[in-house]
Amino acid sequence: MPFESLSERLSASLKKVRGQRTLTEENMSDMLREIRLALLEADVNFQVVKEFIDNVRSKALGEDVLSSLTPGQMVVKIVHEELVELLGSTVSELDLSRKPTVIMMVGLQGSGKTTTSGKLANLLVKKNQKKPLLVACDVYRPAAIEQLQTLGNSIQVPVFSRGTEAKPEDIAREAMDYARANDHDVVIIDTAGRLHVDEALMDELGRMEAIVHPSEILLVVDALTGQDIINVASSFNEKLHLTGAVLTKMDGDSRGGGALSIRHMTHVPIKFVATGEKLEAIDVFHPDRMADRILGMGDVMSLIEKAQDVIDERSVKKSMSHLQQGTFGLDDMLESMRQVQRLGPLSGILKMMPGMPNNIPNFKDEDAQKRLKEIEAIILSMTPEERRDPSIIKASRKQRIAKGCGKEVAAINRLLKQYEQSKVFMNQMNAMTGGKKRPSAAPNPNRKKERHKKKKKR
Amino acid sequence: MGLFSKIKEKFVGRSVAQNDKYVAGLDKSSTGLSERINQLAARYRTIDEDYFEELENILIMSDVGVNMVMKIVDEIKKEVRLENITDPQKINEIIIDKMFVIYANDSYMTTDIQYAKEGLTVILMVGVNGAGKTTTIAKLAYRMLQEGKKVVLAAGDTFRAGAVDQLAVWADRLEVPVVKGKEGGDPSAVVFDAIKKAKEMNADVLICDTAGRLQNKVNLMHELEKTNRIIQREIPDGPHETLLVIDATTGQNGVSQASEFSKITNVTGIVLTKMDGTAKGGIVLSIKDQLNIPVKFIGLGEKLDDLQEFDLEQYIYGLCRRLMES
Repeated sequence: MPFESLSERLSASLKKVRGQRTLTEENMSDMLREIRLALLEADVNFQVVKEFIDNVRSKALGEDVLSSLTPGQMVVKIVHEELVELLGSTVSELDLSRKPTVIMMVGLQGSGKTTTSGKLANLLVKKNQKKPLLVACDVYRPAAIEQLQTLGNSIQVPVFSRGTEAKPEDIAREAMDYARANDHDVVIIDTAGRLHVDEALMDELGRMEAIVHPSEILLVVDALTGQDIINVASSFNEKLHLTGAVLTKMDGDSRGGGALSIRHMTHVPIKFVATGEKLEAIDVFHPDRMADRILGMGDVMSLIEKAQDVIDERSVKKSMSHLQQGTFGLDDMLESMRQVQRLGPLSGILKMMPGMPNNIPNFKDEDAQKRLKEIEAIILSMTPEERRDPSIIKASRKQRIAKGCGKEVAAINRLLKQYEQSKVFMNQMNAMTGGKKRPSAAPNPNRKKERHKKKKKR
Repeated sequence: MGLFSKIKEKFVGRSVAQNDKYVAGLDKSSTGLSERINQLAARYRTIDEDYFEELENILIMSDVGVNMVMKIVDEIKKEVRLENITDPQKINEIIIDKMFVIYANDSYMTTDIQYAKEGLTVILMVGVNGAGKTTTIAKLAYRMLQEGKKVVLAAGDTFRAGAVDQLAVWADRLEVPVVKGKEGGDPSAVVFDAIKKAKEMNADVLICDTAGRLQNKVNLMHELEKTNRIIQREIPDGPHETLLVIDATTGQNGVSQASEFSKITNVTGIVLTKMDGTAKGGIVLSIKDQLNIPVKFIGLGEKLDDLQEFDLEQYIYGLCRRLMES
């Protein structure tokens, strides 16, 4: 990642304000410059940055530094609050009151209108129990209609199309009649991508608006967009009555500062963010999370949500109870490592944690993955007894395991050592979180296995 | 110095026809940059810190990377101090020189397609979603057909709904064969089949489409790596060109795109698309600076012949025209 988080950026300029009671023009100037650069790197439009910095400056000036915060944290706090305010402090929803509700999707080429139309239809079916109709008005790009039809088929939402010969205005008009006749309560109109400077095509959108009277006109914007977003959003907003924006490709590693620019320049709220290739990957927009992302401050909420999505609660509970009973075995260790792995590349997870440096030196996801593979291979070459109680693994068993998984004995020793360490760590965590430690004499998970061992020796 | 006067001499005063479409396409974007620098010069009597901060903003507006802007402005500051310039009107020349000397960076640049010495030339197209890969392929194929080459297309985007159809429609219009696989199938298999077919047909060029992918998607990047590997296995010196398609509206993220795609494939050039809007695509300067990947083509519209070779001098002229003519 080429970006540094704001807190990192600020650390150098913080020396100036360390130990100072109030924030002054003078002690803040370096910090404000760093904030400016951070915002610019996040693709926030420079005009917006300028006004923003002025606002922050006047808000922060003379502010007493709260006793619990360092001056740097104080500034970040002000910046964060200001960002959230700018992005809109409430979540804004779609207006679905009219019947049928018409939603028009507009934007530049390649911003993701068609895919987003499909996602939105899916969301309206699943969440709002609506019966949407998708309308294919992109008659220009080859196979755009087929794309919408494929999407519609996969979510069982009908797609209205009149081929590529009809005029988009006529398609929209006919679609309205069709929707009324077939009892569709939402009509989502996918329009062709166009440049905001293309007057003929922009006029076409204006005419379409006049025909279908949409409740919502959503501007679909790519989160990777740079400074030009402001021209795009303003032009579309001048021509049409935009009611909201959808920020797509938010699963990329861009900061998405364009959201701030759109909101600031057009006052159009961001309503959704699209976060992936799957049709479920659409989410309502949360201003506070966006503020964190723009600042590179880590996004704990998203991490927690992601964890809830992918972690299998039952297996975690099982590991936890083993831990509490003092029977945390290699199986449990492997399982917990797998769970973490499912959250995605480790560097990504670490990035989402506040306070983590963005560039963790010498950390490679591939290494972590390789290591997990190795551990998996070794553990899976053990017998269930060995996994439950690794203390029985002595030289000859090690030899057998090594042969089984094709690794050196040293690798097995390494794993056993790691297991011991994590067991100690887990026990400490357990003690800290109030889990009762069993009296050491009580459980003896080895009993059964000891017998087993003896048998074997005979 | 040199560059400024060289370009000025070359382009200013020429008829519009000579600079043709290229400048026309860049015209919309040029108003921003050069006009603003001129306005800036008009507003400031002396060159001071505020002047430089505004200059930074103007450069950033073109999506030039933040770090690079700082580098350029620092260089300008140095030059200004050395030459003892106080009049903002005289600074234009230095700005242009510094900006583009960094791009050129005395490296050898060519916009020519590197064809195979003999046999089949394989071109792999990569990029994020919605950058314009498929459309660019059609334009590129059209160009090569004009040169009398026999072209085959591989519909390697098996993921996105309608992507195969999109390429097929273009192939139909161009009357070139396209090798398709199943939607949702393995793109490497499609590319493999396409190589076989292209060889059988004795084609000159095979252009492989791939699905758009965000550069931080590990699995999708692995998939691309595999496709690349298959090409290398079948055509030992291929792919002869790997072109990264970048949308001109892309901001700071462009550098990350270029660096991540370069880790997986050997990106030999960039196609900067959608240059007919108001975006300036300044991020290509940063990409060249940091990764030394040159721009080979720019896309200026939706028609088949709207693909032009990237000409640095003309690009500069387009961007800064008003600076030179004023």
